[in-house]
Amino acid sequence: MSSATSAHSVVEPSARTKRIAGIIVVLYAVITMVPLAWIFMTSFKSPPDSISYPPKVVFTPTLEGYCNLFTTRTRQTPEYIQSLGPPQSICDEITRGRNMVIAGPSNYWPRFTNSMVIAFGSTFLAVFLGTLAAYGFSRFRVPLADDLLFFILSTRMMPPIAVAIPIYLMYRELGLSDTALGMILLYTAVNISLAVWLLKGFIDEIPREYEEAAMIDGYTRLQAFRKVVLPQATTGIAATAIFCLIFAWNEYAFAVLLTSGSAQTAPPFIPTIIGEGGMDWPAVAAGTTIFLVPILVFTILLRNQLLRGITFGAVRK
Amino acid sequence: MAEVTLAGISKTFGQTEAVHNVSLTIRDGEFVVLLGPTGAGKTTTLRLIAGLEAPDSGRITIAGRDVAGVAPATRDVAFVFQQYSLYPHLTVYENLAFPLRSPARRLQDAEIDARVREVAKMVRIDHKLQNRSTRLSGGEMQRVAIGRALVRKPAIYLMDEPLSSLDAKLRAELRLELKRIQSELGATLLYVTHDQVEAMTMADRIGILAEGKLVQIGTPREIYSNPANLHVAARLGQPHINLLPQGLLPGCSAPAGTKTIGARTEHLEISASTPGNAEIDWIEHLGDQNHLHIRVGEHKLVTLADPYLAIQRGDRINLKLRNPLYFDAGGQRLT
Repeated sequence: MSSATSAHSVVEPSARTKRIAGIIVVLYAVITMVPLAWIFMTSFKSPPDSISYPPKVVFTPTLEGYCNLFTTRTRQTPEYIQSLGPPQSICDEITRGRNMVIAGPSNYWPRFTNSMVIAFGSTFLAVFLGTLAAYGFSRFRVPLADDLLFFILSTRMMPPIAVAIPIYLMYRELGLSDTALGMILLYTAVNISLAVWLLKGFIDEIPREYEEAAMIDGYTRLQAFRKVVLPQATTGIAATAIFCLIFAWNEYAFAVLLTSGSAQTAPPFIPTIIGEGGMDWPAVAAGTTIFLVPILVFTILLRNQLLRGITFGAVRK
Repeated sequence: MAEVTLAGISKTFGQTEAVHNVSLTIRDGEFVVLLGPTGAGKTTTLRLIAGLEAPDSGRITIAGRDVAGVAPATRDVAFVFQQYSLYPHLTVYENLAFPLRSPARRLQDAEIDARVREVAKMVRIDHKLQNRSTRLSGGEMQRVAIGRALVRKPAIYLMDEPLSSLDAKLRAELRLELKRIQSELGATLLYVTHDQVEAMTMADRIGILAEGKLVQIGTPREIYSNPANLHVAARLGQPHINLLPQGLLPGCSAPAGTKTIGARTEHLEISASTPGNAEIDWIEHLGDQNHLHIRVGEHKLVTLADPYLAIQRGDRINLKLRNPLYFDAGGQRLT
């Protein structure tokens, strides 16, 4: 008993414990990274390599997937291709090698841009409105505050798709179907409950003495909010923004249902990339790889804030 | 600086009446301390003057102007909070400059700089102006907090137990500094505390608050030697005043209706003699003085004795009253 309990030192885990913990963490990370790594590799494979069996781990990388992702192509006779001048780009060269010529740009870039506009737009709105609402709930005696907060949260108690049909009908009536504005409003509405609850927690932690001091120091409440509360809530705002952005960026069900053309986002578009004779998996993988980049950059930029945000309250500042 | 008056101020939060019908005038240049236990309404009184709360009834005037409905920003008051006193995302310099940069004032940068440096010197923090406010010791933080109030020249400074979170040594230092600064500036200051030493040492006048009511106001000497009732008497004096039933000890001529006798150290005469009427129960040696715990029949009392007094635990002594305080059955002082 005594020897067993002495191992449970509060000072520092033993080297062996640390090693085992490290192995478990690395193993788990590897397992979760495999699908991502596989997509990344597939994006550099040729179409035959991407569907070969057994799957190829070693292969000759090619940019064909990326070329196919960004272009539309037409098949031409070898004589016609011969008659053309020298290839304009690496994609030109790859395409001609397959007896095709580039006919024009694909829809990927516009869809990607839609995703950017809609995800960042709705994140901004959700965080902006969420911060103000959370501040209100945190600082003022709002009648029926608890009921209102519960009501706000209750919008998250079912899968969003459960209300898809009413929303579809409503959007059609209002002319919001397949518009960026419609999608921004929708994602804002879904995210705002998360934003209000998260941010209320963060703002509750900021002592109100700070604003009161600022108000006595000659600032109005709104100025005090901007000068004193906002700078201290940045951690919470950053964490909330990341969660909202991840939702809006990855959302698929509403995007499929409510967008088809000009406002379509990348998630419903990527699976529709079809090459000659079936799915063009390298192009799909290329689309997915590029799709990961913005969220990765955003998360890395706000990484420190996010870490502090998650441990908020656990550590004394 | 200006005169501030409260006339019949009351404030209720839910079921509890925090402040009840308080009337008080703080004269121009006066240092008034409100003394009372937690929940006596001290902080609420300050917040009412600052405009952070609105009174349910009564009138507050600052420099003759009725401030009902006036926002805190335009009341021309400065406030030092008990804690969370500095803006944690700003440096010491920015904290001190914050009130001067407010839209309500909009001073020139050069003037702000001059005032900040002057005040920083006054509160002795000028060597740490560029530090983050979170990288200061407790005493430095409170000095900056006081500095942030002093950087302005408001009608009145309101201070809510600004020294209570500090250790005893710092508290004693800052107490002196604060009093020095206040008299240098001729500042009007309303200071709230539950520490009788702060009240006794700094105040021009002390107001005793109990359960939201202003029980008595007067100079420290008046409050100490002429307490209006038992509550006030119990607030001041170290060790705590001894409350004894009438007739327990000899040496007094109690007026009619006396129920309780209040005896502080200076009201008790000790002489070693047997058989005596009291017994030494315990002696606490504090070095410069001794705390004597004395038992008289069923009653226990505590008094100070000079360390050269040759008595020991278990000794019999003779205890006599000398001009103690008399209170009636309702706790009111009788003279």
